[in-house]
Amino acid sequence: MSSPEIIPHLFRTEYRKIVSVLSKRFGFDQLEMAEDIASETFLTATQSWGIEGMPQNPAGWLYTVAMNKAKNFLQREALLKRKIAPEISRTAAKEEEPCVDLSPQNIQDSQLQMMFAICHPSISPEAQVGLSLRILCGFGIEEIASAFLSSKETINKRLFRAKERLREEKVQIEMPGAEAIGERLKVVLATIYLLFNEGYYSARQPHPLRKELCYEAMRLCHFLLENEQTNKPEVNALMALMCFHASRFDARANEQGELILYADQDTGLWNSELVSRGGYFLRCAATGNTLTRYHLEAGIAYWNTQGNDSIRKWEQILHYYNLLLQIDYSPIAALNRTFALAKVKGKPAAIIEAEKLGLEDYHFYYALLGELYSGVDDEQAKENYRKALAKSPAGFERRTIEKKLTELEGS
Amino acid sequence: MEEYIILMRLDLITKDKQPSPEQLESYMKMYHDWVGDIAAQNKFVGGKGLSTEGKVIKSDKLVTDGPFAEIKESIAGFITIRAASLDDAAAIAGKCPILQGEGNSVEVRKIVSK
Repeated sequence: MSSPEIIPHLFRTEYRKIVSVLSKRFGFDQLEMAEDIASETFLTATQSWGIEGMPQNPAGWLYTVAMNKAKNFLQREALLKRKIAPEISRTAAKEEEPCVDLSPQNIQDSQLQMMFAICHPSISPEAQVGLSLRILCGFGIEEIASAFLSSKETINKRLFRAKERLREEKVQIEMPGAEAIGERLKVVLATIYLLFNEGYYSARQPHPLRKELCYEAMRLCHFLLENEQTNKPEVNALMALMCFHASRFDARANEQGELILYADQDTGLWNSELVSRGGYFLRCAATGNTLTRYHLEAGIAYWNTQGNDSIRKWEQILHYYNLLLQIDYSPIAALNRTFALAKVKGKPAAIIEAEKLGLEDYHFYYALLGELYSGVDDEQAKENYRKALAKSPAGFERRTIEKKLTELEGS
Repeated sequence: MEEYIILMRLDLITKDKQPSPEQLESYMKMYHDWVGDIAAQNKFVGGKGLSTEGKVIKSDKLVTDGPFAEIKESIAGFITIRAASLDDAAAIAGKCPILQGEGNSVEVRKIVSK
């Protein structure tokens, strides 16, 4: 790898380590200073390596430089304190040599603690994801803006406010206590899942598949699995769920970046290794007493990796959706459940239930009814597809519905 | 939308009326589908199963081992739902699969306290 390429790669992985360790050492309220030091270090690296070439141990070089910059900062701070408040510094103990612990254990611990600090319930989920991308994944502001279909100004403001809020809440870089960790972990997992979903099926047209976001989410989840305190069943379930979804990445979008429907995908492109890995994590998740939404979604996702239609597949999917809707209702889950119901009990039974759903504002609702009525009452099917089109935003969803309507009209 | 409780009663006492494991599995499936129907409408609030052991205390302070031994219908469990009216709630309750068993019943009551 040539020098200009290796720096972005290193930036991603080493940035969060340096920021986490420095923030832990100086305190979370000094987060911006820690980020500045990390950024300056990379700037120095770009300048220095461009001229002198890459050092033997790039990561070590970065840490050394970051540590020196941190020392300089601390010494300037101490000097400032002495000038402004000499009494305080005279009564203070002999100035300790400022040092930053860059041992592998501390690097690991600091990052984990930073994850909990960032995924804090006092800031909005979008802010949590934004900060995670910035600090934990080393994303630039522009990249984050692009991921959220937003502007640099909005993202900067959002991150700034979030950091301010965390300072106000006096959030520390430390592991939550045993009683709190369950609740806080929920927030962390929700953030990771939000990040994954943004990459998997972005809200914006044309719903680009942003694999990098999905992989970052999986990497963060993997990080939790590597730590004993956070290697919980629900974390394994989330990991399984993401592996199953990711197994279809290569089949999910064509070269132009357009989405391909599940039914139309080339199953030869489905990644069986990821499916196996998902299966492994699913087995690890099958411990403990609590059934979480991640367990259920992982179960559903597992069955979706089995391409062949079987009654068992759909019975299981229906069963999982029944449970999921009790824990956590969502319109999409209700629609998907009804689709599974049709596979198990037949379309007429599903139509009866569909008409009770109360989702008349969703274009997906009419698309589902169109699907259910096809073959049962084609006139009703076409009518519903037309209603769906009237409500659909332009793009992939619209084209899919148009195609189905055309097929019906032709027959 | 108001909240309603659906109490499900069935005969837990008469030995030869107890379901076999296969029957039980089949009932559970029907039950889960019924609850799933309700949850898909975003009307499910909560539910609990009840142990078949219990106690009954009467006004003369006599304590016997429950479930209610003198009536052949004991409360099997309950769910709470949201519904637009008592009629709506009753319509939902009427689909409970235990009603396929002779003598079983469901009771629907509006929840009035917070």
